[in-house]
Amino acid sequence: MAKLDLPPIPSSEITSESVWLRRREFIGAAAAGVALATTPGYGLAATGSALKYRPASTASGSGFTTAETLTPFEDVTRYNNFYEFGTDKGDPAEYAHEMSIDPWTLRVDGEVEKPGTLNLEDIRSGFDLEERIYRLRCVEAWSMVVPWVGYSLADLLSRFQPTSRAKYVKFYTLQNKKQMRGQRSFTSIIDWPYVEGLRMDEAMHPLTLMAVGLYGKVLPNQNGAPIRLVVPWKYGFKSIKSIVRIELTEHRPRTSWEKIAANEYGFYANVNPRVDHPRWSQKRERRLPSSLFSPNRIATQMFNGYQKQVAHLYSGMDLRKDF
Amino acid sequence: MSRWARLSVHALGLLPLLLMIVAATNNQLGPDPGEYLMHFTGEWAARLLILTLCISPLRQLTSSANVLRLRRPLGLYTFFYACIHLLFFLHFYLGWLPSDLWEELVERPFITVGFSAWLVMLTLAITSNTSMQRRLRQNWRRLHRGIYGVAILVSLHILWQARSDIGEALLYSLLFAGLLLWRFARYRKKQAAGSNSQ
Repeated sequence: MAKLDLPPIPSSEITSESVWLRRREFIGAAAAGVALATTPGYGLAATGSALKYRPASTASGSGFTTAETLTPFEDVTRYNNFYEFGTDKGDPAEYAHEMSIDPWTLRVDGEVEKPGTLNLEDIRSGFDLEERIYRLRCVEAWSMVVPWVGYSLADLLSRFQPTSRAKYVKFYTLQNKKQMRGQRSFTSIIDWPYVEGLRMDEAMHPLTLMAVGLYGKVLPNQNGAPIRLVVPWKYGFKSIKSIVRIELTEHRPRTSWEKIAANEYGFYANVNPRVDHPRWSQKRERRLPSSLFSPNRIATQMFNGYQKQVAHLYSGMDLRKDF
Repeated sequence: MSRWARLSVHALGLLPLLLMIVAATNNQLGPDPGEYLMHFTGEWAARLLILTLCISPLRQLTSSANVLRLRRPLGLYTFFYACIHLLFFLHFYLGWLPSDLWEELVERPFITVGFSAWLVMLTLAITSNTSMQRRLRQNWRRLHRGIYGVAILVSLHILWQARSDIGEALLYSLLFAGLLLWRFARYRKKQAAGSNSQ
């Protein structure tokens, strides 16, 4: 049997005892970094996971940024809907570490001239990263303001050259029962893997973002690492997480929520205060963080406030029917 | 025994309130306290209702009338958390707007059934004291069978809002169904025994 030849560990790799004994201070310092990142003018990120990106463009009318108060990092990363890890808001933060994202493969196929794959490296650094500060409105009537880091879906798609027959884009989340405990739940009625879809013009809209980070750092698993969709004018469930496949199709895909209750969750799912969910009102939302004595209820805006940028996509459509 | 049993009912009934106060004073309600507290109070009201409905079967099993003395406090604690649940709904979800309340009551079936359950519980709570019990006599028993209606309305209330994972809703509904079926079976048995003896 061949002797295993281990290279000696260089002394530079060994943590000195003095540093080891002060390890709690470093953890504290990392936490302080997080706190700092939540204040205006942040940019400092936890070591090893920082991303290089352009600041959000303030070009008027682009919708790429907003002056609204950001939802703190702690809330953005601890209050999540990611049913692959459980249906409680805290489940994703607790269990998403069970998902391994390295290695990762994102396949792009279907109606494209050059089908292919992106690995983790390509996903995180194969495109020019920029920051986008978007409102996120959940169908459950709460909302956040999140500073994402990523690139336009249009940038990603054009690399694979969509054909003229590509009318829709279909997205798939990872399916892995071993790593995603929510997929093991036998009372769940979701037909895994989670599937979402966009019309081609929606997918190519400059606001449609592929996020690989938030608050200047790589995406935490619970927020959809390593790559997720962010469509700010639609309800949050459209913004599919941890994507492993993007398929361009000629026909409109049936999304996971359409399969569960098409009368409650439409394909378009544009934020619309005039069309209620059958079980609750969509006129107002709780902007998080909300608190005991000030619930922070605000009026919901048409297209989540991106009307100027996206209303033309739906001209001539009856948004009550195509909700 | 009965003194300890009654003390533990009060301890259990006050525990959720205590937990809420501790969480609120330690800033542990999270970014969306409304959602958290609605879920928390609703869940505890349902649990206490299940315990309330367990008392009659327990009395049959132990053939001890002592356990009956736990039924009123359990029922009143159930009502207490149902009230907080409703208050939180008005506060966090409706912002105390009467127009919104009317719309929710009319247009959302799960809120209609939830509110109906609360109205029935309100009636039962008001008539729960001994003097009302004496005054209403036989009607008191009939009136307080309304708790079965509450169990059915609460099951609907829970089932109607399940979204993608129906596990929890199913568990509560099955427990309610079991407790009601036990009563129905007993009722049938009694009837059969009655007709045999004639």
